Amino acid sequence: MKITVTVNGVERSGDVEPRTLLVHFLRDELDLTGTNIGCDTSSCGACTIHVEGQSVKSCTMLAAQADGLELTTIEGLANGDILHPMQRCFQENHGLQCGYCTPGMVMAAVSLLDENPNPSETDVRIGLEGNLCRCTGYHNIVKSVLACAAESNGASK
Amino acid sequence: MIPAAFEYVRADSVDAALSALTEYGDEAKLLAGGHSLLPLMKLRLAAPSVLVDVGRLDDLRYINDAGDYISIGALTRHRDLETSSLLASAAPLLAHAAGHVGDPQVRHRGTIGGSLAHADPASDLPAVALAMGATIVATGPNGTREIAASEFYTGFLESALAPDELLTEIRIPKLDTQGWSFQKFNRRAQDWAIVGVATVRANGSTGVGLVNMGSTPLLASAVMDAVKSGANAADAAALANEGTEAQSDINASSEYREHLARVLVRRSLEESGLS
Repeated sequence: MKITVTVNGVERSGDVEPRTLLVHFLRDELDLTGTNIGCDTSSCGACTIHVEGQSVKSCTMLAAQADGLELTTIEGLANGDILHPMQRCFQENHGLQCGYCTPGMVMAAVSLLDENPNPSETDVRIGLEGNLCRCTGYHNIVKSVLACAAESNGASK
Repeated sequence: MIPAAFEYVRADSVDAALSALTEYGDEAKLLAGGHSLLPLMKLRLAAPSVLVDVGRLDDLRYINDAGDYISIGALTRHRDLETSSLLASAAPLLAHAAGHVGDPQVRHRGTIGGSLAHADPASDLPAVALAMGATIVATGPNGTREIAASEFYTGFLESALAPDELLTEIRIPKLDTQGWSFQKFNRRAQDWAIVGVATVRANGSTGVGLVNMGSTPLLASAVMDAVKSGANAADAAALANEGTEAQSDINASSEYREHLARVLVRRSLEESGLS
């Protein structure tokens, strides 16, 4: 079946089997390999992208279900060479170790701040419960998200 | 993991969904948010030959005050329930429990209708629907019918819905809530409950729903009867495993689940204000 999605602001079409998972369509058909596959059981969150602006695990959605929708992947956050504030905060706070969970963590964190711009540390930890870091590097991930929230709040005051 | 091949039909109206169900019969499964069904299909524990996608039926995405009850469209997502100001005041147990389903990503996609219709005894919302005395509205080729939540669950992953029916609405009675509680015991934040308990005390009676204590979501009838007869929380909670058939699995033995049910029901009754 033919589907068309808007990914990172660009309209992209493809011919998929109905059973094609969205993450495979993004990686294998559109060559957007920034979105990782971790557990493949909707537990780890490595494949988190935004669908219509909200965080979603792209391993648990059919490409067919995304037809006509607006998607954002990790590749769509930066503006050219200028990192998205969340990406920069992860970099500045060393919010990663091996980096495998990072694209999903960043996408989940951006969605989290959209919904709660001023989270407590507990809010961040609970808000990222759908994302696992097997390096167990949570401390700096939480620090990165809090830094980004503080920065955005400072900027808007 | 890739699901077995299937034919995909997107319904753009309730009528179109019903026509597809009539056409394909038992071969078809309805797809809403997909967060219960797709994991099963990826594990090949389910292999429907046709998926009828009702996920775009935005007409069925609403939370309305209907006078005596709150009407909730079947396609309303967990995130919508969690953040609804109407539910926060009229059905706080449901709003709270919806905020504990899975994780944020799951709640952005999963729907109340999908969760109730999937009939998984380990799901949170069926126990809430039971405790609150919800009514489930099913729409079929011959119109709609109402099914009490207590009559809805018929077996493991089986409900009273006929193969040609679509769950379209959930009605939550407006209760004069005196107290409520949702207890979810799990090892990791995003896991299914090993055992869960949903309690609401309102209009002079107490509803207690149990998560993962049998092949279907259950009402703790013995506990409810005891409370009605004047038992205190401790005495009523001691009956929490009566009528249950808890399974043993990698997370817990059936004996441990029965123990958890007694402990969690007591906490739940106490948090609801029963001494």
